[in-house]
Amino acid sequence: MERVELAGALRENLPLKSQVEAASGVTLSDCYQCGKCSAGCPVAFAMDYTPRQVIRLLQLGLGEEALKSHTPWLCASCQACYTRCPREVNLPRLMEAVRQEARRRGMINEKKVVIFDQAFLSSVERYGRAHEMGLMVQYNLQSGQPFKDALLAPPLLLKGKISPIPAKIKNVAEVKNIFARARAKGGGQH
Amino acid sequence: MKYAYYPGCSLEATAKEYNQSAKIVARHLGVELWEIPDWSCCGATAAHNNDHLLSLALPARNLALAEAEGLDVAVPCAACFNRLRAAEAAVRESESMRATISEIIGRDYRATNRTRAFLDVMVNEVGLEKIKEQVVKPLAGLKLAAYYGCLLVRPPELTAFDDPEDPMTMDRLVLALGGEAVSWSYKTECCGGSLATARTDIGVRMIFQILRHARDAGAEGIVTACPLCFLNLDMRQGQAAASQGEQFNLPIFYFTELMGIALGYAPKALGLTSHFVNPIPLLEAREILRHPATRRETA
Repeated sequence: MERVELAGALRENLPLKSQVEAASGVTLSDCYQCGKCSAGCPVAFAMDYTPRQVIRLLQLGLGEEALKSHTPWLCASCQACYTRCPREVNLPRLMEAVRQEARRRGMINEKKVVIFDQAFLSSVERYGRAHEMGLMVQYNLQSGQPFKDALLAPPLLLKGKISPIPAKIKNVAEVKNIFARARAKGGGQH
Repeated sequence: MKYAYYPGCSLEATAKEYNQSAKIVARHLGVELWEIPDWSCCGATAAHNNDHLLSLALPARNLALAEAEGLDVAVPCAACFNRLRAAEAAVRESESMRATISEIIGRDYRATNRTRAFLDVMVNEVGLEKIKEQVVKPLAGLKLAAYYGCLLVRPPELTAFDDPEDPMTMDRLVLALGGEAVSWSYKTECCGGSLATARTDIGVRMIFQILRHARDAGAEGIVTACPLCFLNLDMRQGQAAASQGEQFNLPIFYFTELMGIALGYAPKALGLTSHFVNPIPLLEAREILRHPATRRETA
């Protein structure tokens, strides 16, 4: 990361800071940087910035750097940080808000995570339920790894644990409407 | 005792043995399950990563169907349980959210019914005493690590039936079934959830740590209440072990399967034959499957 002049950075990044706060319901200044979130984060080993550092970047007005980070995409939403935080900072929600803002700006650093989520949701919108096999095939093809987990598919099929045919609910129109109306409302605040 | 039953998508596919065994033990213990007709997906992590309203509306549709019948909802899947509880809480806490959600799902939903984890219903409603009375094949000598994962116990204000750091519900159930619950420190550590699929390189490291800590604590098997935890620990056990140059042979169980075994049902009827890591040899080695009359030790 290059050298920055903090006062100027903070001024420039105020809109982003308040937007992320509004979207997540988190007050960034609540965090006093104790680091408990990151000590207990099971994915921290794979992150570029620890969760504590992501908050610090946002506090300091270095939001761009937070948006570029892989951390929000790798957060497993396991809620360990939020459960343990002495200041009750809802970090998983903050990570979601950062992720959504990054997506809006076309800054997606973990394409595979997004492809998986989209494959999942499109299955639910189409059938009313998640179709695990279709989901895996779509994910593999779109993420450019057609043979990923290929060895797991035959035993899953043999054991009757996945089916090539999706289980479509009868009232799929009702679920499609839920998607349409939620979209029309812009997803709402976090 | 009657509940609306919300199996969730996995229980009709990769976790079909959870569905099978849950239905068997419920019937055995006098719990009537009314499966919500034409239930739809709760949206899981994907919805709540992407769209807050969608992540509440998708589960709310199912809750509304149950509410119309005046029933509380029993949910075996830990992830579905968490999402249904989130929708319930959002509607209960805010009148404007109630109106918005009702509008989106096109049904009236007032959150007058409650969502319960199937584990919670079994242990705290049916009760350990009643379960214990019904045990005909105790899990004698079986050392198990009770693995809760994240969404069954966190965040506590949503899940609210056990301690988020040191939950004991499943441990006490294992004891009631005659088994031993080992003390270990990874019982609520995250298995990576869908990261194991989207970023397998990261997921297998998380899975490996859980398996390793269970084994090092002396567990011969792991018991779960979540289809995704189960799938990661069972189906990806080979990958996870190989990634660290190790080998495990740790059978993974749904708590309902172990209940079914202890209540005297055959492994096949409960779905235990469709696991990746075959659990039958362990049960046979401990002579748990033998008829009580032919057991060498007297109960």
